[in-house]
Amino acid sequence: MEHIVIIGNGISGVTAARHIRKMSDKRITIVSAETNYFFSRTALMYVYMGHMKFEHTQPYENWFWKKNKIELKNGFVSKVNHASNEVIFESGETLPYDKLIIAVGSKPNKFGWPGQDLDGVMGMYHKQDLENLEKYAPNNKVCKRAVVVGGGLIGIELAEMLHSRSIPVTFLVREDSFWNGVLPAGESGMINRHIKNHHIDLRLGVNLKEIIADENGKAKAVVIQETGEVIDCDVVGLTAGVSPNISFLKDSGIELGRGVKVNRFLETNIQNIYAIGDCAEQHEGIGLRRPIEAVWYTGRMMGETVAQTICGNRIEYKPGHWFNSAKFMDIEYQTYGWVFGQPKEYEEQFHWIHEDDTKCITVSYHKDTKQFLGINTFGIRMRHEVFDRWLNEQKDVDFVMFNLAEANFDPEFYNRYETEILSAYHNSKLQTA
Amino acid sequence: MSNKLNHSMSLASPDAKGITTKQKIALAIGFVGLIILGLALFNIDLPNLGVFLTASLVLISVGTILYANNAYLTKLEGIKNDGVWFKSISSRGIIGWLTGVGLTAFYIVLYFYPELLGMGTNGESNTGLISLFDPLSNLLSGRPASQWFVYGTLYTIAILAFGYKFILKYRHNRYQQLRTVSVMFFQLGFAFLIPEFMYVMNSDVPYYDLKNMWPLNYYNFDQYRIDAFIKTETIGLSLLALGILSIFVISPFLTYKYGKRWYCSWVCGCGGLAETAGDAFRQLSSKKVSAWKLERWLIHTVLVFSVVMTTAVVYTYLGYDPKKYWLTKDVFLISVAVFLTLVFVGVLAFKRKELGKDARYGAIGYFVVIIALIAMHFTGTTDQVFLIKAGTMRSAYGLYIGSIFSGVIGTGFYPILGNRAWCRFGCPMAAILGFQQRLFSKFRITTNGGQCISCGNCSTYCEMGIDVRSYAQKGENIVRSSCVGCGICSAVCPRGVLKLENDKLDGRINSNEVLLGNDIDLMNYVNKK
Repeated sequence: MEHIVIIGNGISGVTAARHIRKMSDKRITIVSAETNYFFSRTALMYVYMGHMKFEHTQPYENWFWKKNKIELKNGFVSKVNHASNEVIFESGETLPYDKLIIAVGSKPNKFGWPGQDLDGVMGMYHKQDLENLEKYAPNNKVCKRAVVVGGGLIGIELAEMLHSRSIPVTFLVREDSFWNGVLPAGESGMINRHIKNHHIDLRLGVNLKEIIADENGKAKAVVIQETGEVIDCDVVGLTAGVSPNISFLKDSGIELGRGVKVNRFLETNIQNIYAIGDCAEQHEGIGLRRPIEAVWYTGRMMGETVAQTICGNRIEYKPGHWFNSAKFMDIEYQTYGWVFGQPKEYEEQFHWIHEDDTKCITVSYHKDTKQFLGINTFGIRMRHEVFDRWLNEQKDVDFVMFNLAEANFDPEFYNRYETEILSAYHNSKLQTA
Repeated sequence: MSNKLNHSMSLASPDAKGITTKQKIALAIGFVGLIILGLALFNIDLPNLGVFLTASLVLISVGTILYANNAYLTKLEGIKNDGVWFKSISSRGIIGWLTGVGLTAFYIVLYFYPELLGMGTNGESNTGLISLFDPLSNLLSGRPASQWFVYGTLYTIAILAFGYKFILKYRHNRYQQLRTVSVMFFQLGFAFLIPEFMYVMNSDVPYYDLKNMWPLNYYNFDQYRIDAFIKTETIGLSLLALGILSIFVISPFLTYKYGKRWYCSWVCGCGGLAETAGDAFRQLSSKKVSAWKLERWLIHTVLVFSVVMTTAVVYTYLGYDPKKYWLTKDVFLISVAVFLTLVFVGVLAFKRKELGKDARYGAIGYFVVIIALIAMHFTGTTDQVFLIKAGTMRSAYGLYIGSIFSGVIGTGFYPILGNRAWCRFGCPMAAILGFQQRLFSKFRITTNGGQCISCGNCSTYCEMGIDVRSYAQKGENIVRSSCVGCGICSAVCPRGVLKLENDKLDGRINSNEVLLGNDIDLMNYVNKK
């Protein structure tokens, strides 16, 4: 029986395993050193905030794996030997495979800051990071202030986590507005204000210079590059993005870039070795996508795709329309299609913001053809299925604006804003006409 | 114990967050109100009962309101579940267990030893706690209080005060607010005040909570009530007609249109308490598949028990002579058999595919047994309709289901089993509505394409123990008989994935994996089994 070994028990690896099991009787082993069972990485924050216990983040009960004959192996892979078709563990143990799927995910970026490896300095990615945070920031007596470095999705989540335990947070963001590499200015500005409304000390346009240690080798303050200001703190969160966690493959013969290089079939340069999820790097980005996509949904889609290929139906990874979502403290965010933070030269954007400053949308369309290109929505839920259809049918922006109500996904009895949005849209057209 | 890893090793206060000074004062105010009840309970002589009762109820309400104000109005609108699993009361910690024991003890005394609460027997006047409530009862209906009046008053206060708290907690969510106002209204008006006023109008009318329906009020068709309904003529017969219409017409229609939520989380008194006072415990319901299996067998067994018991009870007091009254023992029994057969055959003919294997076996098993017993009775093989005397069955049901299951376990165990243990495992009304909801309803929870990140908030906060995530992460709609439509899964979802909806019957249950985001060819492969 063919033996499929999957390194990594995150969403990509587990999705691949589940789909392979649905289609075949192959022997499947999932290897992880992080946890025994699959959990939802995106839910780690809720464990620290007390919304859930860790076990709640596990989508399948523990009997699931045995029942579906998916073997789980706890171990840290230190090498892959493709000549002998085996993975070698740190312990020296080996595990032979017929096909290998690398789904090892990411690790937090560190940019060589002085003090970045001190005690009390951590990323927020692995379960071990959560345990570390629980140790150094259990409450606001042990941790009198925390500094979060890096204004992206993980950074704001970490700030929210610490805030939930009444720990004062200073949030250092390199850009001059939160996540404005991705979000258009109106949206980014609204999130800036929302962060401050939660009494988080948001510092825009500043960089970390160094982290200062106390006599025990634990972080006690950070220094800001631009001003030289020293901010006393007990915990430093490094959340300046993530990169593929692939150092163990350095001399394996598998072609690496920033991630594991794969073709459209998610195959590496070595036969029978595949890579999926955060750690996979396309030779060229697909459409407007980046070559590496560290997103839950793309990991899941790659898992589904590679399972087909491994079960004899070799198919390309062909993601559909881009979508994503996040939550910034209390404000939910969804995006469908492409809306760029810095509009492309062909792109026109319509922005509407509600007077309560917690809801807004940005609709992107082609300035010549008026084709609808994408939407960002904050504080108003919208239907994936509807936007997917409109993008497929290449609707124009007028159609989308007139039919926006069809896409509404807010709970029943919520206030509706389509009329207000539409009249704002008309006004904006009058002004530009 | 708190579930947080506690590196400080402190036993006294391991929580990351305590409560604020204002909350402590609010708690103290509430406890003073409770202490007054305690003093009355221990027969301390209180002068002017009316003043003390008012003081007690006001203090309890004010304490809860102040606590809620400080907990929620000091923060921005949004989900307020911080620290739920760190607090002893809401994570089966010591305070949670003590509360459970206290509530359970209260229910045992209430149901089985009302004299301990001061219930006057043999025409003696009330003493203790119950006498404290005499002034209010006299004011409303001109009669002294009973243990049920005390219970009803406290129950109503709990729903109103904690309802207020819940409304503040979800002040960004209109669905939650409206539904809470609705349960507060129905409890105060329909369950508490109207029955008292009805008594004033005509003291022969039996207690009737207009929104309650058989089989939740399993006693509704007992002989003494039927006699009273007939005796009080127009009003009594209207109530009887309402009771029958409720179960056969009104509830199927509303459940078809809106799902069982119209009752369970908008109207029902048990649901009302669960959604307000019980809200802090919703996360404690078990999400294991094994709990789901137990639930399916248990709740449907209770339903069968209630049908059999009621049939047997009604049968006993009907006559033999069709000339006296058309509804004789035989006509009734045959009608029941015909009705059950129609439902059974109809479901197996049209909805067979939607039933799980165990559901089919269970349905066939129970159906065969009931029909066989009725047949045996007609052929003269058995004396009693269902082997056991109707009276015995009725008392057993009242004791084990009506008192112990719904009261002692259902509410007493809130801090252990979660706030909907009765609704989930025992309520025969929920079983009927759930059956309709699963097979004949426009209601479903829609999953928003591929946006689920499997975080588990929805499952954790489902009070009915539904593993919502297991559907959402596959892109499937949630159509479950147990869902009471409280809407909390949708509220706590951080990615806007879930929406409660009433829509067309077509495509309501989509068992295919329809995750969007992937190229459509791939989805064809994935869906090919």
